[in-house]
Amino acid sequence: MAHEHKLEIFRGRLKFKSNTQKIWGVLIFLTIVTAVEVVLGIYKPEFLMSTWIDPIEGNGFFSTVGNVLLSPIVYMKPLNLIFIVLTIVKAYYITWDFMHMRDETGSFRKMVVWTGVFLICYLIFILLQEGGYVFNVYNAEDALIKKDF
Amino acid sequence: MDSTVATGTEEKTWGGGNQPLKASYGKMMMWFFIVSDALTFSGFLAAYGFSRFKFINEWPIADEVFTHVPFLHGQELPMIYVAFMTFILIMSSVTMVLAVDAGHHMNKSKVTIYMFLTIIGGAIFVGSQAWEWATFIQGDYGAVQTKGGNILQFGENVTVDGVEKFKRVSIDDIAIAQPGEREAHERKNGLWFVDEGTLPPYTVNEIYAGLAANENILVRNQLLDEHGHKTILSREESLKQIKENGKLVVKGANLHVNEYGTTLFADFFFFITGFHGFHVLSGVVINIIIFFNVILGTYERRGSYEMVEKVGLYWHFVDLVWVFVFTFFYLV
Repeated sequence: MAHEHKLEIFRGRLKFKSNTQKIWGVLIFLTIVTAVEVVLGIYKPEFLMSTWIDPIEGNGFFSTVGNVLLSPIVYMKPLNLIFIVLTIVKAYYITWDFMHMRDETGSFRKMVVWTGVFLICYLIFILLQEGGYVFNVYNAEDALIKKDF
Repeated sequence: MDSTVATGTEEKTWGGGNQPLKASYGKMMMWFFIVSDALTFSGFLAAYGFSRFKFINEWPIADEVFTHVPFLHGQELPMIYVAFMTFILIMSSVTMVLAVDAGHHMNKSKVTIYMFLTIIGGAIFVGSQAWEWATFIQGDYGAVQTKGGNILQFGENVTVDGVEKFKRVSIDDIAIAQPGEREAHERKNGLWFVDEGTLPPYTVNEIYAGLAANENILVRNQLLDEHGHKTILSREESLKQIKENGKLVVKGANLHVNEYGTTLFADFFFFITGFHGFHVLSGVVINIIIFFNVILGTYERRGSYEMVEKVGLYWHFVDLVWVFVFTFFYLV
């Protein structure tokens, strides 16, 4: 059985002497990321609580596509974007170092990761787009929904 | 372990003897199972996102819901306990990967110790999850549900350290008992073997009487303002809302009502954390089986600890899912 592990993380900037050391190094990194998330979540800095850029005006094709593509910036609070990016960073290190994805052959890695990432992105896009649409139906000027009657 | 029929063509490219991906069948199938399970969880989390986007301006604020830590009663410490749970799960992932590493070195005693620590970590996590559920089901301050299914909560404006803030008040502190209220119908009286579910702790009339008697108490509804806070109603509007729209007193959360806001929030909480907790539970059970196999020397005799590696993959996946559940339920 193959025992060799790739022992460097951060694109080779940090190289460990043994696999055990790498595991502890990754644990320290994941703990720091989680601590940053918790601190941000408790204090919620004011400047991260509202979007920095407004969505593109209009209901045409290009403004809609533009807003979909820019949605992490124009609709999402910077704080939430930071949380999601940090989560993906954590997921990367769990998969690559704890699940040894770093040591698998390139084609096997792509088979698992690309399939998952593509289908999940598709799912997220469809459902969130639809959720936003239903919100607009419920809250439009001429909405027929009544909350208390 | 490898049982194949010798055809005499194993050496050729298409003879079946080579592994182009340098991974065994079992490990690859575990990875493909993980891909499909990841899609299931993404489906759930995306459905949560759908419902949240649908009610984006009235979704409960997680920081106000999950504020409890065991043994620290009455203190509001949002996120502390769930951060602890995350750390426990990551820690048990580390002991798992150390067990896999020890397995590569055929070190039976180290694999045993690390597998044991992994099981303990998983058990602590499942226990914490159960406690989190119990706290959520039992509820906090209570609320009144309107005819339209909206939640009205109570509180008063107090000044703490020079900053005016809205302090929640429990329904237990404001309700005033009213005469002539109905009792729960049990199966021992009236029609045989017919009973009804537990009645709410108070009736809306009792809450209304209490609200009318306490001048400083205000009602807030679940609509969020531009700062992300729930809307606090004026005194007259508070009385009017409870009197005209109040229908049911709610304490805690279940699949039908949720004192923190939209019922969907409770439904998704139970469903997603429950499905994840079930994965952790089954992971612990599988880990225990492998742990005993390690003790019995099954893998020592087999000459490879690859089974530990495959179970490890599943265990890390459970940790991976929790990282996402943590983000989307507690942080975002």
